[in-house]
Amino acid sequence: MAIPSKDIPEFHARLKDKVAEARARGQPLLIQGSNSKSFYGRHCEGESVDMTAYRGIINYDPTELVITANAGTSVKELEEVLAREGQMLPFEPPCFSETTTLGGMIATGLSGPRRPYTGSVRDYILGTRCLTGRGEILKFGGEVIKNVAGYDVSRLMTGAMGTLGIILEASLKVLPLPKFELALCKAMTVTEAMYVMGEIARKSLCISGAAYQNGLVRFRLSGKQVAVEKAWKALGLHEDPDGLDYWQGLRNHTLDFFNRENGSNLWRLSVPANTASMEIQGDSLIDWGGAQRWYYSEQPAEDIWQIAESAGGHATLFRGSNNAKEVFQPLSTVMHKLHQQLKQAFDPDRIMNRGRMYPDF
Amino acid sequence: MIEKFLKFLPANSVITAEEALRVYECDALSAYRQIPACVVLPDTVEQIQEILQICHAADVPVVARGAGTGLSGGALPVTDGVVLSLARLTRILEIDPELRIARVEPGVRNLSVSEVAKQYGLFYAPDPSSQVACTIGGNIAENSGGVHCLKYGLTVHNVMALKVVTMEGDLIKLGGEALDSAGLDMLALMTGSEGMLAIVVEATLKLLPLPVHQKIMLAAFDTVEEAGNGVAAIIAAGIIPAGLEMMDNPGIRACEDFVHAGYPREAAAILLCELDGIPEEVEAESQEIADLLRDAGATEVRMARDKAEGERFWAGRKAAFPAVGRIAADYYCMDGTIPRKHIASVLQRIRELSAEYKLGVVNVFHAGDGNLHPLILYDVAVPGELERAEEFGGRILETCVEVGGTITGEHGVGIEKINQMCVQFNSAELTQFHAVKNAFDPKGLLNPGKAVPTLRRCAEYGAMHVHSGKLSFPELERF
Ligand SMILES: Cc1cc2nc3c(=O)[nH]c(=O)nc-3n(C[C@H](O)[C@H](O)[C@H](O)COP(=O)(O)OP(=O)(O)OC[C@H]3O[C@@H](n4cnc5c(N)ncnc54)[C@H](O)[C@@H]3O)c2cc1C
Repeated sequence: MAIPSKDIPEFHARLKDKVAEARARGQPLLIQGSNSKSFYGRHCEGESVDMTAYRGIINYDPTELVITANAGTSVKELEEVLAREGQMLPFEPPCFSETTTLGGMIATGLSGPRRPYTGSVRDYILGTRCLTGRGEILKFGGEVIKNVAGYDVSRLMTGAMGTLGIILEASLKVLPLPKFELALCKAMTVTEAMYVMGEIARKSLCISGAAYQNGLVRFRLSGKQVAVEKAWKALGLHEDPDGLDYWQGLRNHTLDFFNRENGSNLWRLSVPANTASMEIQGDSLIDWGGAQRWYYSEQPAEDIWQIAESAGGHATLFRGSNNAKEVFQPLSTVMHKLHQQLKQAFDPDRIMNRGRMYPDF
Repeated sequence: MIEKFLKFLPANSVITAEEALRVYECDALSAYRQIPACVVLPDTVEQIQEILQICHAADVPVVARGAGTGLSGGALPVTDGVVLSLARLTRILEIDPELRIARVEPGVRNLSVSEVAKQYGLFYAPDPSSQVACTIGGNIAENSGGVHCLKYGLTVHNVMALKVVTMEGDLIKLGGEALDSAGLDMLALMTGSEGMLAIVVEATLKLLPLPVHQKIMLAAFDTVEEAGNGVAAIIAAGIIPAGLEMMDNPGIRACEDFVHAGYPREAAAILLCELDGIPEEVEAESQEIADLLRDAGATEVRMARDKAEGERFWAGRKAAFPAVGRIAADYYCMDGTIPRKHIASVLQRIRELSAEYKLGVVNVFHAGDGNLHPLILYDVAVPGELERAEEFGGRILETCVEVGGTITGEHGVGIEKINQMCVQFNSAELTQFHAVKNAFDPKGLLNPGKAVPTLRRCAEYGAMHVHSGKLSFPELERF
């Protein structure tokens, strides 16, 4: 049920009171959507701010390619409404539950297998309304595709793990659903697979996914049927018996790979796509044509951060046994200082998801 | 201070002579002019760091400058300030065909990236009409678009990493060759920040494979409404063209008289549509679009038969600025963006304002993403016309905000739209912007007075706006 518009002013007022009170008491707030990604980021505590009641699509006009919704709206609902008009969220946000919310999707900034080809959450965010740690409800950006008035705070909020403020509503650019999709695969070594993925990326083919796992390279093609069939011919791979389901599983982490017993450390490495094999022991899965790599590894975090950094990327302990410690790649001294200053600009009393991203942040 | 600069910069890198400073007194919005105290032209990143440290210590404002093609006065100098020109940092440092990236210095011209990438079958997608002249540093500062951004995105979608120098002289790397990075997305924050947060000293750009096939078509309409419906119909059918541009009748006439592209001079509006991709897909979609446009009321749909004809279709659009330059002594280019569904009504409103202000207006714009570029015709030699043109422009931007749009789609706020920022944002939002600026540049020395108005300025503007309804040439803020 969408929140009735007559109830919105009261909801806002209550939230603002909560923030004012938290500031006065120095008591941090814990912003919550459906909790489907509560394992992600550092463990943090605070008084719960439940956003799930704050749901509903505010504006959607398919010919504008823009949808605006309240932060508690489920991604599932958004996608259903879009699909009815033949449109989609182009970045395939991972949904770890049926109830994953728009707010959580933006705050974590995670994107699925289509990311290297169509872009990420931050690429499609056009505007946000948020409640900052200063206790103000502010609107940035808007519902138009091109907009350079003011700093791009909406993109800054994307992936900020709720540390700058509470996202109340957001506008996203959307795209037409592909008319046709096809899943392909072929057995090969990781070295061969890396080579093939690199070659294919340089061509103008309608690729929408490229992954490698267990000796199998997989591609997904999306587009008009003629284009997909032509690309298939050019690639000369087999049709994947798992079909498109594999890509759904990869997106939403329902593949067996992602469902180990609790306690194993699952690392996400974001690296240049052509990075050669990495000195990390453990089971792995390569996504994003090489640019995103998943590892189960019990190596010390410092080693993994070091490996990621020397490859020109960064690593995150995505799911782990101990998220009381650092989970995100540590920042350089200058970057750390800038982060502190930006935090100060939005949330001077550090009440918003304190410590979720970095301990003092 | 100049002595300090000369310790590490050659004499020809420090300009202080008034005659030579005049070159830097304005950008492409020449109604605003200001002579700076000095212009420095460093060759290296270390020199930039040193210059900024010196200015920071001495509390001297710094305005970065690329090619000076900006249309909002972003690179307008500040009295007693330094202009930091990036014009000598023009090296393309690396093209990596495997990762499909180009690493470039900030003074590199936009077009030259695609020219160099071409040998690898790649190109850099953002293509502002000023691309032969404008720099990558300026593009990043403005988050520039181009005719192909409907499909390929703006500058922010095509930059992987930046090296920036803060006002204190710190060198920072943002982003990287991976698809995301740890921490806050400062890369996005920096893009479009109009030289207010830090100086871009290096950029890593995303390159794309050159499309194998293109098709260009032109459709004529008897009314602007029908042309607007044509745009909506294409999008509703699930097609994203590479480019989708509209011209109104005054635009068609001006361009046709100038380049003889064969445009239908009597049409109320034309659409130019470019598709790219693999031949089979492009051919199928172009047929589909032709049908959609006819259904929307197009009186004529022409498909370019070959490359030469396609180029002729584009020639008029690309020559729009000089074409308008021939029919008017001066013109003033606006840059609002609106939801596409309001194109017809906003163009109607612009026609009414045109009558009210007794100034002609020509519309040639990016219809696909609702980014209007009304060109207001005036003559600076006629007393009062410039002021009328500016006020007319301000009213257009406020109309854009009213229908849910924005005052600037790609040219930036600069000094030009600083008053309209007060219309689009409330004081709490502006205060938040100042806090962001403060996080990077606590002394407020980088490009002061631009992009975000002070609350005092807004109060004054609001008062003027309400009481007289007629605005005189606003005084520039002095620091
Ligand atoms: C004929 C014409 C057509 C145009 N067409 C388009 C178009 O289609 N699309 C579009 O988006 N724009 C267009 N423009 C506007 C303009 O070309 C762009 O805004 C361009 O990006 C400006 O680049 P520049 O190098 O000239 O920057 P400048 O004008 O020199 O500077 C612009 C701003 O960037 C800052 N800046 C410059 N370099 C740096 C740096 N290295 N680090 C930090 N800040 C910096 C300056 O301080 C200033 O605020 C057009 C302009 C003209 C004259």
